[in-house]
This record gives sequence, C-alpha cells and structure tokens, in this order.
Amino acid sequence: MNKTEKMTTPVIQTDKLSLTFETNDGPVHALSDIDLTINEGEFVSFIGPSGCGKTTLLRVIADLEQPTGGEITVEGGTPREARLNRAYGYVFQAAGLYPWRTIEKNIALPLEVMGLSKQEQQERIARNLALVDLDGFEKKYPWQLSGGMQQRASIARALAVEPDMLLMDEPFGALDEIVRDHLNEQLLLLWAKTKKTVVFVTHSIPEAVFLSTRIVVMSPRPGRIHEIIDCDLGDERPLEIRETTKFLEIAHQVREGLRLGHSYDE
Amino acid sequence: MLTTLSKGSTIPILTITAAIIVFWYACVVWLNAPFERDQAERANAEITFSQILSKTMEQKRPVLPAPHQVIVEIWNTTVMKNVTSKRSLVYHAWITLSSTLLGFAFGTLLGIALAVGIVHSQTLDKSLMPWIITSQTIPILAIAPMIIVVLNAVGIQGLLPKAFISMYLSFFPVAVGMVKGLRSPDIMQLDLMHTYNASKAQLFWKLRWPSSIPFLFTSLKVAIAASLVGAIVGELPTGAISGLGARLLAGSYYGQTIQIWSALFMAAFLAATLVWLVGVIDRRVLKQMGMAQ
Ligand SMILES: Nc1ncnc2c1ncn2[C@@H]1O[C@H](COP(=O)(O)OP(=O)(O)O)[C@@H](O)[C@H]1O
Ligand SMILES: [Mg+2]
Repeated sequence: MNKTEKMTTPVIQTDKLSLTFETNDGPVHALSDIDLTINEGEFVSFIGPSGCGKTTLLRVIADLEQPTGGEITVEGGTPREARLNRAYGYVFQAAGLYPWRTIEKNIALPLEVMGLSKQEQQERIARNLALVDLDGFEKKYPWQLSGGMQQRASIARALAVEPDMLLMDEPFGALDEIVRDHLNEQLLLLWAKTKKTVVFVTHSIPEAVFLSTRIVVMSPRPGRIHEIIDCDLGDERPLEIRETTKFLEIAHQVREGLRLGHSYDE
Repeated sequence: MLTTLSKGSTIPILTITAAIIVFWYACVVWLNAPFERDQAERANAEITFSQILSKTMEQKRPVLPAPHQVIVEIWNTTVMKNVTSKRSLVYHAWITLSSTLLGFAFGTLLGIALAVGIVHSQTLDKSLMPWIITSQTIPILAIAPMIIVVLNAVGIQGLLPKAFISMYLSFFPVAVGMVKGLRSPDIMQLDLMHTYNASKAQLFWKLRWPSSIPFLFTSLKVAIAASLVGAIVGELPTGAISGLGARLLAGSYYGQTIQIWSALFMAAFLAATLVWLVGVIDRRVLKQMGMAQ
C-alpha cells in the first residue's frame, strides 16, 4: 500500500454523533452533531476550551462512553468491536502505572490480559521500551521514574498491545514545558516509525500545530466541531519549525477558530 | 519502637513512664491505707504513717497492687515456672493466643469473603452491609454466652467456641477495610482494564486485590487486637480453667488482685506484640510489592 492510498482509508467515521449526559441538574449536551472522518495514518488533534467534549468524543471512540444519537464506526465496525479487537491503545493524562509492578510488569499488564506467551511478552516489552527510549528501566518501580518517564512508560504500555490507533487524552498536560517539548518530538518520531493513526486531545495550540496533520477545533455548550484546520507542515518537523511563518499562520488560524467558537454563545 | 527511641523521644517516653509509676504508687498508698488503719484499730495499736506506707506495698490482697508486686508475680509465673504448668502465665497466654490466632484467621477469611461479595454484587451490598453493621452494635458480652452454649449443645467445645467469638469481633474491621480497599482503584484504572477487555477475574486479581493490600493490613492491626479481646471474653462465660480470661475470672473470685493485674499486663503485652508483628509483616509485604519507597 502506498502512502497516498493509505491516507484516505477512513478508520473513524461519525455522522451527527451526539451525547447528552442526564445529570441531576438536567441534561448536559457534551457532544452535538459531530461529523468527522479520520483516515488511516493521520495525526488528528482535538483542541478547545475545557468542557467542550474532547474527552467525551475520545471516550466514545474508545467505547468507554455510549452516544445517545447519530452514528459512529471505528475500523468499519462498532466502537465495541474495535475495543474487543484491541484496535486502539488509550493513554490517559495520568500515567496510571501500577505502583506494585515494575516498569516491565506494567507493560506486561495488557499482554497478560490478552494471554500472550511469556516469550512474546518479553519481546514486546523490550521492543516498546526501546521505542520510548526507556531500555534499562525494566526493573524499576514507577516511583523511581520522573513524571515524563512514567508517561513514556504508559505510552509503551499502550503500544505493546500493537494497536492500529493511539487515543491520547492530554497525555502531556501534567508535565512541564521542557519535558513536554521533548516528548512531543519523540511522539512525532514514534508516529513516523509506526505509522499508526493518532487521535490526540490537547488544549495547547503550539502542541496541536506541531504534532498534527489536522486540527479539530471544538467549542462548548453544546460540544461541537467549530472548524477543522489542515496542518500541512510536512513530515520533517524539528522543534525550530515553531518559529516559521507557516507554523505561526496555522497557530493564528487555530486561535481565531477558538475565539470565534467561544464568542458564539456569549 | 527502636527507631522512635533512637529518634530522640527517649526522654519524653521515660518521663511519662516515670510519672505513671509515681502516680500508681500514690494510688497504691491511698487505696490500700484504709485496710491497714482498720487492722491497726482492731488490734488497738498505734500505726505511724511510715508504717502504713510500707505495709500498703506488701499486702497479700491489695485493692491495688504495687507495680513491683505485679512484676514479681509475673516473674514468678513466667520465668520461674515450667511452661506446661497450670500456674504458668505463659501457659495461660498460649491458650488464649491459640484461640486468638485461630479466630483471627477465620475472621480475616470471612471479612475478605464478605468484602469480595459486597464489591461484586449490588444485592449483597444492599442486603449484607446493614447486617454486618448491626452485628457490631450488639455487645459481645451479651452474645458470647449464647455462642458458647449453642456450640456446646452441638458438641463443639474447647478452642473453637472461643475462636468463634474472636472471629465475630475481627471479621468486621477486615470486611469494612477490604470493601474500601477493593473499591480504591479510580475510574481511570478501571477504564484502562476495560480497554483491554479484561475479565472480572483479571480485574480482581490484577487490579482490585493488589490495590487493597495496604487497606488489608490496616484492618488486620485492628482485627488482631479485637481477636485477643474476643478470646479473653470467650473464656469468661465458659468457666474455663485456662487462658488469660480464666486467670482474670479466678483472680476476681478469690480477690487475687495481683494475679488479675499480672494477667492484664500479659494481655496488654500480647496485644502490643501481635499488633507490632502485623506491622512488621505489613512493611515486609509492601516492600516486597515495591510499594514502600
Ligand atoms: N460522566 C459524566 N456525567 C455527566 N456529565 C459529564 C460526564 N462526563 C463529562 N461530562 C460533562 O460533559 C462536558 C464535556 O466534558 P469533557 O468531554 O470532559 O470535556 P473536555 O475534555 O473537553 O474538557 C462537560 O460539561 C462535563 O461536565
Ligand atoms: Mg478532558
């Protein structure tokens, strides 16, 4: 399969997707009329103010939340089928490593659940720890690692399942900016190496522009898509790209989109 | 304990201990003096304060024995006696300890089993929890004779009825602590297992159970002390002839206050040792699991 062909195979498709939470204070329209297609190999970011439904949308894709209206297919089937096929790896804002497991045992967790052989587990642990640059830390416990390293371990854990997609919910939100820059670079390298589809939630404009091939700008109350912005900065993206005119133009476009989306209901 | 001593709290600890001992001796004089004055009056003899002072410390059946009397009694009934002798406090402590440990083991298993049921079934949660709480509002002294009599009627005697009362007291903290522990994983951790499509058993063994271990040990420290109380209480209504409870009972029948106090001290020592031991195992296990830093 050549690259152009790959970029146009849809893996996630939604049609008028809606989700309303019934709460004691009345209904919360977390998602409303979401029409979105994400193609294989894309890096798509959801950006928007907090409460605009980014997490909810990601959770619907992951079958952790059930939509109340509209359609969604993931890899041609329901999100549930995709989950049972282990089509995605999910990375949360907190690394959520088990404190009673060493790093290698943490990465083995999903593999044990899948019932893989010890040897297969060992191979995958080694491969994915190398991928996130953590070889040598197998026997360490989570508390012996920095926050950034813990988050890298949690990415390795998601990758070890060998999913087609990575779903990441503000994975670097709790880290300081220097660590964040570093992890952004690493994530891009990883994406280039593995060619996985990545759906990435963030509320940092530079992070979204730096990483994505497309940026979905969302707005709140009800949570909806305000605008989808192409982010064609090419495959080679050194950190310095953030000072180029092209980068700043796209960042400006995203900022305008966020501003317009927000003023909508004021 | 050694570490707290070495961390510079030696002086405060010793000061408090000394204060307690001084206070105790003062109480000994105050409580035992009326008897000596009585004796002197009956004999029509004059008695000086210093005579009273020394006599209150060596009565055979004092209202309150002096610390040194208790220490001598403990020495005589432990080190100086063969441990198999019925007069050995070690023997009696062992009897109580064995039903404590048996009841503690039962109580722990029952508590864990109840917690597992409650966490996995809403019906059990709704139906069992009120009963579990009610069970602890009934004074153990009221139930203990019943348990003993009922079990005796079906031919169960000796260690088991006492262990049963220990279990009755010790399952509660374990059940409550384990319900909390098994429910301690947060939504994110549960969601993560859900994305892996983990089975209920995998969720339990890989997440809920290890998460609950620190809670388990906290409960076990309470449960082991409660078990000891249960075992002693269990020895009271049976008219048992051995065990610390039996020593307490016999001591009060015959006004052997020194015997009562030495049994009390033995019980306190036993409780402290057991709680300390659970604490040691707690630290060992958590360290083994990698959770202690
Ligand atoms: N389980 C839930 N029950 C009720 N309301 C929820 C639930 N989860 C999210 N919400 C609400 O849905 C809206 C969108 O939330 P979320 O998707 O977490 O936003 P974001 O990730 O963009 O900050 C918010 O108003 C939030 O309060
Ligand atoms: Mg969110």
